[in-house]
Amino acid sequence: MNKPLRRIAIFCGLLVFALLARDNWLQYVQADTLAKHEKNRRVTIERYSQPRGDIIVDGKPITGSKVTTSASDLKYKRTWKNGPMWAPVTGYSSQRIGASQLESIDDGILTGNDDRLFFRRTLDMLTGEKKEGGNVVTTLNGAAQKAAYEGLKGRGKGAVAAIDPSTGAILALASTPSYDPGDFAGNTDEEAEKFIELDKDKDKPLVNRALRETYPPGSTFKVVTAAAALEHGLYDDIDGKTRSPLPWVMPNTTTPLKNEGDLPCKNASLREALRVSCNTVFGKIGADLGKDKMLETAKKFGFNSEQFIPVRSNASNFPEDMDKPQTALSSIGQFETAATPLQMAMVAAAIANDGTLMEPYMVSDLQARNFDVIEKHSPKEMSEPLSKENAQKLQEMMETVVKTGTGTRAQIPGVTVGGKTGTAQHGVANSKNPYAWFISYAKTDSGSPVAVAVVVEDSAADRGDISGGGLAAPIARDVMEAVIKSKK
Amino acid sequence: MSSTTHTSTIGAIGAPSRRNTELALLAFAVVIPLFAYINVGLALDGELPSGMLGYGMGLGLLAGVGHIVVRKFASYADPLLLPLATVLNGLGLVVVWRLDQSERLQNLAKAQFGAFSPSAPNQLMYSAIGIALFVVVLIFLKDHRVLQRYTYISMVGALVLLLLPLVPGLGMDVFGAKIWIRVGGFSIQPGEFAKIVIAVFFAGYLMVKRDALALASRRFMGLYLPRGRDLGPIIVVWAMSILILVFETDLGTSLLFFGMFVVMLYVATERTSWIVFGLLMSAVGAVGVATFEPHVQKRVDAWLNPFSEAVLQGNSDQIAQSLMAFGSGGVLGTGLGQGHSDLIGFAANSDFILATFGEEMGLAGVMAILLLYGLIVERGVRTALAARDPFGKLLAIGLSGAFAIQVFVVAGGVMGLIPLTGMTMPFLAYGGSSVIANWALVGILIRISDTARRPAPAPAPNPDAEMTQVVRP
Repeated sequence: MNKPLRRIAIFCGLLVFALLARDNWLQYVQADTLAKHEKNRRVTIERYSQPRGDIIVDGKPITGSKVTTSASDLKYKRTWKNGPMWAPVTGYSSQRIGASQLESIDDGILTGNDDRLFFRRTLDMLTGEKKEGGNVVTTLNGAAQKAAYEGLKGRGKGAVAAIDPSTGAILALASTPSYDPGDFAGNTDEEAEKFIELDKDKDKPLVNRALRETYPPGSTFKVVTAAAALEHGLYDDIDGKTRSPLPWVMPNTTTPLKNEGDLPCKNASLREALRVSCNTVFGKIGADLGKDKMLETAKKFGFNSEQFIPVRSNASNFPEDMDKPQTALSSIGQFETAATPLQMAMVAAAIANDGTLMEPYMVSDLQARNFDVIEKHSPKEMSEPLSKENAQKLQEMMETVVKTGTGTRAQIPGVTVGGKTGTAQHGVANSKNPYAWFISYAKTDSGSPVAVAVVVEDSAADRGDISGGGLAAPIARDVMEAVIKSKK
Repeated sequence: MSSTTHTSTIGAIGAPSRRNTELALLAFAVVIPLFAYINVGLALDGELPSGMLGYGMGLGLLAGVGHIVVRKFASYADPLLLPLATVLNGLGLVVVWRLDQSERLQNLAKAQFGAFSPSAPNQLMYSAIGIALFVVVLIFLKDHRVLQRYTYISMVGALVLLLLPLVPGLGMDVFGAKIWIRVGGFSIQPGEFAKIVIAVFFAGYLMVKRDALALASRRFMGLYLPRGRDLGPIIVVWAMSILILVFETDLGTSLLFFGMFVVMLYVATERTSWIVFGLLMSAVGAVGVATFEPHVQKRVDAWLNPFSEAVLQGNSDQIAQSLMAFGSGGVLGTGLGQGHSDLIGFAANSDFILATFGEEMGLAGVMAILLLYGLIVERGVRTALAARDPFGKLLAIGLSGAFAIQVFVVAGGVMGLIPLTGMTMPFLAYGGSSVIANWALVGILIRISDTARRPAPAPAPNPDAEMTQVVRP
């Protein structure tokens, strides 16, 4: 009987060996895949096991972390100080839903998992220190953000983007209606429902309008058209007469382009045409230059490409394929022209910075928990949409708009302000309430500290009252004032 | 190697009893789980666990009693079996206690049953009962050959045990498997006990019939086929297994009994053809049942695609969770008390207990555990080799073979090597029936090995010896 016994012994040995082999496969070969598997809750548990790093504005954190009180295996959840105001900057970080925008892009730094923290992590492991998330330091200006948010909140829906023209640093990024990311930071069902409710809201509070919504820019786009006219040598003298008949019938059509009211637009100078916002003058400039030259200038200002600040901003649109009358319409910010508030702030910033457009950014550096800088942003030039002389000519024109034109409500005593209003019609046959736009910059002795774009989509206001100068300009003024005050 | 050294693997006449070796190993078998216990306490609360002294003394006492009884009643027994069983039981207790501390499992229990009660105290009690049964076996079973007398009573007993879960009002359906009965406040898995009783029946039956079953009828493809009428017993056992599979939906028990029978049949008859028949029949049975039994199909699905949405939603995420627990442990593990194997949820401390070892003790720990099981089987097979009587040989190999198959089926199931079956890791897993039955199993193996290694009685003095003196020149 012993021969089969020995064979059975070998068989049992094989069974044990198969188990050992399988175990090696699981715990050595496949270990990493399984440990990081998308269904592996340990990844989430680990992620929330320590306080999340903070997002910093003006040297102070605008975020925090607290221990979850509900029975959950995820220890820390995110908190925000004044969440609705900062939501367009930070995005959300929810245990249930995940993260968005800055919270998502710099998640590695905030959780402490980033490879650039690897050496520190290894040291911490040896010294028994707990892993900690790093901080994200932003360029935002708390006072400007507050002015922007408070200004918008009183006027319903809208967005503000403010940039430091000399560096491209974003100073304010507000969007209303907003949401409080703290309402759904945790992992409970009520919080998940809150998110779904926000997501379904027809006012789209979750959308960051400053970056992700493109609006027809209306008359504010005439600044770009004026820049194209100067750059391509169509006109040199901003005070000389232009060849602009009134009424002006668009080429190849019988339709005259209309002005908003009875404006002195016949052969008006560029300065005058911008001051009273002549559709005929700028429509004709667009048609005269042609779509290629217009497109070239628009692209130099950043149109037709996404921006990463590092949060992605939708690409603004200047149509690439159109006929002459469409070019004319596009040149006054209608037809298919559409821009994000950030894009229009970039336009104002490039003009204020004497023609040089700086790459917009909102994260100045990434820090480890002990404030060691891991990555620092240095301002970069993005393009030069117009020459210094032309930029200064355009500045003069925009300053006239604020001094005596449509944008008088943006004036700040003792500060030079240049701007342009816009009232963009939209909807089928322009049936909906138009969007009110205002783009502007302020200038002090030491150059321009701020350029800002404001858009207000006010569905409640009386249609006649909606104009860039009336609704949007005061917000822009408050934001600029806040920036100037904080610099003092 | 000469055949004599082979056949008497365990000691020749006058072999040392090795009781002191056993005692030294037992000391390790108590100290290792004690350290593990302290380790869990430090990891969870940052301080030495309060039950440290009580736990250490409890395990030490159980091991001590076991040792004294072996020393007194089975002094030539194999010295490894008791320490191996002790260390596994001790580590199992530690991990059951560790999972008791899991908030997630506590909440799950509260949500499901309204209240949470810790498992570790029960498990300690079951271990004590197990050792008591072990002691009873050693004291009252002076010679394993006595069991031979109860061959057919065992058969009836085994049948009754196996059918108990089907009795209405007694059996319980736990997550699809009907392998439990409820008596008083306790749930019992009769299959665990049936394993031992049925091994006794097979051993007694095969010892008597082996010559007949070994008769060959004709040769076919190098195999001697058994005679048609000798196929009777294997078909009966096969049919039993299929019935268990269909009516109790218990793949594990079914596989275990059939496997055990085939192993013992092969050893008894030395005919390889029985193995071939056995494999063919189990394949036919498994595939046949799988075609119409949804419970088995589900298990196979979960095994093939543990991470597919269909399985996770409609079936069970246990296998996926178990695999991720193993993977997250890696080579060295997270350390006891620091893993999240409680994500497995239901049965984390019973069928899936190996996953906790996998996550918290890593590849190294699981390999060690598997080798400990391997050693128990190896000592069992050696006992079978050393046994001097065919009944002892068959019983020992039956029990060790069943033990090996059970370990393979459970560990293979939780590691995703084979479809999962509802069985428990012997000694490690939480569960009274399992712990108690396995202590009895080890008791019987120790009894057989004692008989096998005990020196033969000194030959009676030969009166002729004096007469024929060698005359020196």
